[in-house]
Amino acid sequence: MIELKDVSKTFTLHNQGSAVIEVISDVSFAVAPGECVALTGASGAGKSTLMRMIYGNYLTQAGEIRIGGLDIVRSEPRDIIKLRRDVLGYVSQFLRVVPRVPTLDVVAEPLRALGVPADEAQDRASALLTQLNIPERLWSLSPTTFSGGEQQRVNIARGFAHSYPAMLLDEPTASLDAANREVVLSLIEDAKARGAAIIGIFHDEAARTRVCDREIDVGRFTPGIAA
Amino acid sequence: MTPLLSVQGITKRYGAHIGCADVSFNLYPGEVMGIVGESGSGKSTLLNCMAGHLTPDAGQVVFDTRTDGPRDTITMSEPERRMLGRTDWAFVHQHARDGLRMGVSAGGNVGERLMAVGERHYGDIRDKATDWLGRVEIDASRVDDRPTTFSGGMQQRLQIARNLVTGPRLVFMDEPTGGLDVSVQARLLDLLRGLVRDMGLSAIIVTHDLAVVRLLADRLMVMKSGRVIEAGLTDQVLDDPQHAYSQLLVSSVLQV
Repeated sequence: MIELKDVSKTFTLHNQGSAVIEVISDVSFAVAPGECVALTGASGAGKSTLMRMIYGNYLTQAGEIRIGGLDIVRSEPRDIIKLRRDVLGYVSQFLRVVPRVPTLDVVAEPLRALGVPADEAQDRASALLTQLNIPERLWSLSPTTFSGGEQQRVNIARGFAHSYPAMLLDEPTASLDAANREVVLSLIEDAKARGAAIIGIFHDEAARTRVCDREIDVGRFTPGIAA
Repeated sequence: MTPLLSVQGITKRYGAHIGCADVSFNLYPGEVMGIVGESGSGKSTLLNCMAGHLTPDAGQVVFDTRTDGPRDTITMSEPERRMLGRTDWAFVHQHARDGLRMGVSAGGNVGERLMAVGERHYGDIRDKATDWLGRVEIDASRVDDRPTTFSGGMQQRLQIARNLVTGPRLVFMDEPTGGLDVSVQARLLDLLRGLVRDMGLSAIIVTHDLAVVRLLADRLMVMKSGRVIEAGLTDQVLDDPQHAYSQLLVSSVLQV
């Protein structure tokens, strides 16, 4: 489902003496449907960078990243937009929303973008918010004023609203208590069971061993560290 | 899929000075594109060339019309272009006063565009105007008031209602949230996003506010000295800018 072939990335900082930083070189791996792969490595090894490259958020200088057949390194923006709407989900560490939009609509939005009718999308959103223990009295409020853990759970609810065939999870269990962590892990297990290909970053080792089938050490691909 | 708007090689000079040079892109139905750059970078010139307010020195602006398919709007006749401006196109000015008739009531401002496309039944026009005022969160009791009695934010929302009442397919926006205070900006962004999703609008938004484009635009073009120096997915251009000037632009934003 997700396939990386000889992928490399450099940052050129034009305004800081044109410094060129090689972040990642020659990454190749594949993730099959129903499989969850963990990216590991020390802080700064390039885990999040690699994940953002797969999402098309960072440009990739060389190689191929195929998701469901589409090579996102060479795709037009509109193809990537469509891919993100239908196929590729991403739960980042930060919630980014239009101010004033109620939590329920924030969570329902990915479904609305797919053309799901408003009431059906809201039902799904309500179910997820309930499951993630966000009290109903908060649903009509904008999540911008919520606590860190609540925002993280809203973000997860939003990421799991649509059953994406491929998902990227950046620290989904960070800043969650034990009960909510359990809910998130079961969401991930359900997604695997329905055949989603998942790439995740987990600092929580117990979570990683429970949901992930394999680990990929990103440090291996970091020039300078590997050498 | 046929692009809704296909812009090819648009160039506009002001004497020896370059307004914008050799700009090309395709915009597809339902897409929102942002254009950013410092003042004087040519973004408003480009927008005005595309919308038919300025005549470019070179290039084509091909629009997929409802009746005749793709047509170059630069070479079409003035009445045809004006008709497009009243029906399938909308233009939201930075200063609401430029896009409104200040001496006519709020309802009249919205109704005028309906009359321009042939609506004649006064009751229907008034109902539609009131409906649109509600959608942009202007109280129905203000329908007979002149925009001169409105606040800046209300005028901007009225301008949006006036533009969208005829169900356009393409909206040009020049700094739609410029000069508004932050709470009004948030309301307007929320409104615009809902309209883009529910009506399937395509839009081209010129702004210098990177937070606005991040929330509204799918794609982004960065302009400098009249040229497009970088283009791509909005979040990609903002998070991993490639060109020296884009990097400077993104890194210069103050964090709140």
